[in-house]
Amino acid sequence: MALIFDYNLVLGLITAGMVGATAGYLGSIMVLRRLALAGDVLSHVALPGIGIALLYNLNPFLMAFVFLFAASWIIWSLEKKTALPTDALIGILFVASLAIGVMLIPNLEELGEALLGDISEIGLFDAFLAILFSSIVFITGSKIYKGLVLGTISEDLAIANGVKLRKINLLFLVLVSIVVALGVKVVGTLLMGALIIVSATAAKNLSRNISRYAFLSTLFGLITAPSGLLLAKIYELNPGPVIILIGVGVFLLTLVFRRS
Amino acid sequence: MDESILKIEDLTISFDENKVIDNLEFSVHKKDIIAIIGPNGAGKTVLFRALLGLLPYSGKINWRNDIKIGYVPQRFVVERDMPLSVEEFLNYKKTKKDQIINVLKMVGFHVHDEHLLAHPIRGKDALLAASSGTRHLLHQPLGVLSGGELQKILIAFALLGNPDVLLFDEPTTGIDLGGEETIYNLLKKLRDQHGLTIIFISHDIHVVYQYASRVLCLNKEKICFGPPRDVLGAEELKKLYGTEVGIYEHSGHHH
Repeated sequence: MALIFDYNLVLGLITAGMVGATAGYLGSIMVLRRLALAGDVLSHVALPGIGIALLYNLNPFLMAFVFLFAASWIIWSLEKKTALPTDALIGILFVASLAIGVMLIPNLEELGEALLGDISEIGLFDAFLAILFSSIVFITGSKIYKGLVLGTISEDLAIANGVKLRKINLLFLVLVSIVVALGVKVVGTLLMGALIIVSATAAKNLSRNISRYAFLSTLFGLITAPSGLLLAKIYELNPGPVIILIGVGVFLLTLVFRRS
Repeated sequence: MDESILKIEDLTISFDENKVIDNLEFSVHKKDIIAIIGPNGAGKTVLFRALLGLLPYSGKINWRNDIKIGYVPQRFVVERDMPLSVEEFLNYKKTKKDQIINVLKMVGFHVHDEHLLAHPIRGKDALLAASSGTRHLLHQPLGVLSGGELQKILIAFALLGNPDVLLFDEPTTGIDLGGEETIYNLLKKLRDQHGLTIIFISHDIHVVYQYASRVLCLNKEKICFGPPRDVLGAEELKKLYGTEVGIYEHSGHHH
């Protein structure tokens, strides 16, 4: 059973757990705000960043984050100017990133890695980054969670009660950027959007209050991502799709227990 | 009794150089129930936002010092599957449990099961309660409440900050007639028993006559202000809502 002592695998499992948990936590807000598809769009913006990182031998996480942050900021700025067709512009941002990313990433193998993730070569530094940034996401997220929920049910009510909605919306997008940048290594840009929403959607089926919802969403991410990775390793499959399919399986199970 | 708590002078609010509120002037006294009426687009909600300090304006909005304002926004829909319980929602105001019970009483929820409010049911009892369908109000998701219940919870939310003034944007849109009467009687009770000052926006003239101590007729500028029976006659109403027609006709020429 060489599996148990595989050092890379342990680092991979830790990273996957961290990314799964944070994706589930932030995903709970994305799903509440009906931004499920925005996560998908945002994750593809990482592609040009990864391309540049590969070209110039830079850290893919950091470059992905730079691009994601820029895209978040653009989306956030567009939110204010309602005269512009925001959804169409976000769509353009998405296809432009995809096109540039595919153009920049030189060979097909590396493109495949960026699209589908490759957790087999996770190093100590990557695992460390995942733990560090996940902690930042949880701490910051828990501070703005309340305001985000209040803003979801009524913007007027939130603002009138002293919630700095514009500010925390931007902060939230930054946190999502961090999680997506971390997750690109685990499930790839193609499936990162799914990792963000699948746990939350499952958790919503079982929850009648926020604390349970956020907890379950985080827990599902924490469990499904490493178990998917382990399963993929055993059957020599690509981890990204297995992780997502396990998440979808959990979602289907929750449908059975759904509270009316 | 005649203590003034809000004085508004020369208030003008513009969006992109369009005046939405023009040179408004009025004052509010303690324990007033002020109704604001006017056609759509008359600036009623904009005026509220300015009173809450959420909009830039020119002129003066002078609240009495240390005034606390509670705000009940225009009716919104909470989706049925929104996983947010009444208790969590009210807890967002950072209050103690007994304060929550207190405001729930104030807005007229029955409190015969007060001990359940104070001590959430757990374990076997919780299972029993869930299976018999008697889930407690505090543990209900916000989205399953009826329109009237949600409105009362929103009032409770506003009351949690111990406000001196309640700003209430269209209290009864989408609530049935019985519920409407309940809400207005509640506002009156809050004024009579707890000394609150209430400012509400309404579309319903009959409600204004029945409940308001004074009415502000607003259509960008002040059309009338005072006790409804004194200032709100057929002529003023025609002027108030007739002007709306005039504006529509006027802007129609541009098309």
